[in-house]
Amino acid sequence: MSFSIKKQGEVVVVDVEGQLIVGNRQELKQKVLDELEKGEKKFLIDFSQTGYIDSSGLGVLVSLSKKIREQGGELRLANLNDDLQTLFELTKLDTLFQISDTRERALESF
Amino acid sequence: MGESRVAFDLRIPSDVEYIEGVVELARQRCRELKISAAKCSLNIPVALSEALSNAILRGNEATGGKQVRIRAIISDTDLVFEVVDEGPGFDVDECIRDCTTEENLTKEEGRGLFLMRQLMDRVESFRDNGNVVRLTLHRE
Repeated sequence: MSFSIKKQGEVVVVDVEGQLIVGNRQELKQKVLDELEKGEKKFLIDFSQTGYIDSSGLGVLVSLSKKIREQGGELRLANLNDDLQTLFELTKLDTLFQISDTRERALESF
Repeated sequence: MGESRVAFDLRIPSDVEYIEGVVELARQRCRELKISAAKCSLNIPVALSEALSNAILRGNEATGGKQVRIRAIISDTDLVFEVVDEGPGFDVDECIRDCTTEENLTKEEGRGLFLMRQLMDRVESFRDNGNVVRLTLHRE
C-alpha cells in the first residue's frame, strides 16, 4: 500500500494504491496536509488502484475535506469501484464529497 | 448453524500493522469456499478490519505485549469470525450511534461499528476468556 502524489495543472492528484486503513491513514493525511501547507488548494484523490477502505480511512477523508475547505481549497474524489461506492452510500459520505467516475471528469470539475 | 469447522485460529500482536495480513488470509479462505465476490471484496475485509482495529486500539488500548485472537468458523450456512482482545469489553447493543445523521456525517470517527452492522448479518459481543466480538455472515 502506498500513496503517490503528482501535480496535474493546478491540481494535486493523490493515487491510493492498496488499502486505505487504520495502519496507513496518517501517511495519507500528512502527505495532503504537507501540500496544503505549501499553498496548494485543489486536491483530487484517485481510488482506481484501491482495494478497500475502513472507517478510519473514511474518517481521514472527512477530516481532510474539512481542513482543505477551511483553507479555501477543494477536494474531489474519483474512480470509486462498486464496493467503494457501496461503502460511501452506506455511510452517506457520497452526499458529502464530490465524486467523479473518471480522473478526467474530476479534473474538469474544478 | 449446523456442523461447523474452524478455518483458522491465530493470535497476533496487538499492532494495527498485522490487520491487512489477517484480512487477506480471511479473504483467501473465503474465495476458496466460493463465497460471493462482493462479500470477499467488501463485507468481509471491511467488517473484519473494523473488529480487529477495535480490538487493538480500544480493547487492548494499543498496549504492547497484548494479543488479539482471531477464529474463523465455517458451516454450511454461515461464516463466523470471532475477534478476542484482552480488554474489559463492551456491549455492542449499547453502541447505537448513527453515523449518517446530519450531525454525525462530518465527524472523523464513529463509523466502525455501524459498518460492521451494515456489512454483516449479525454482530455480537460477550465475555469468554477475553472480550469477544463475533461477526456472522450468511454464506448465501
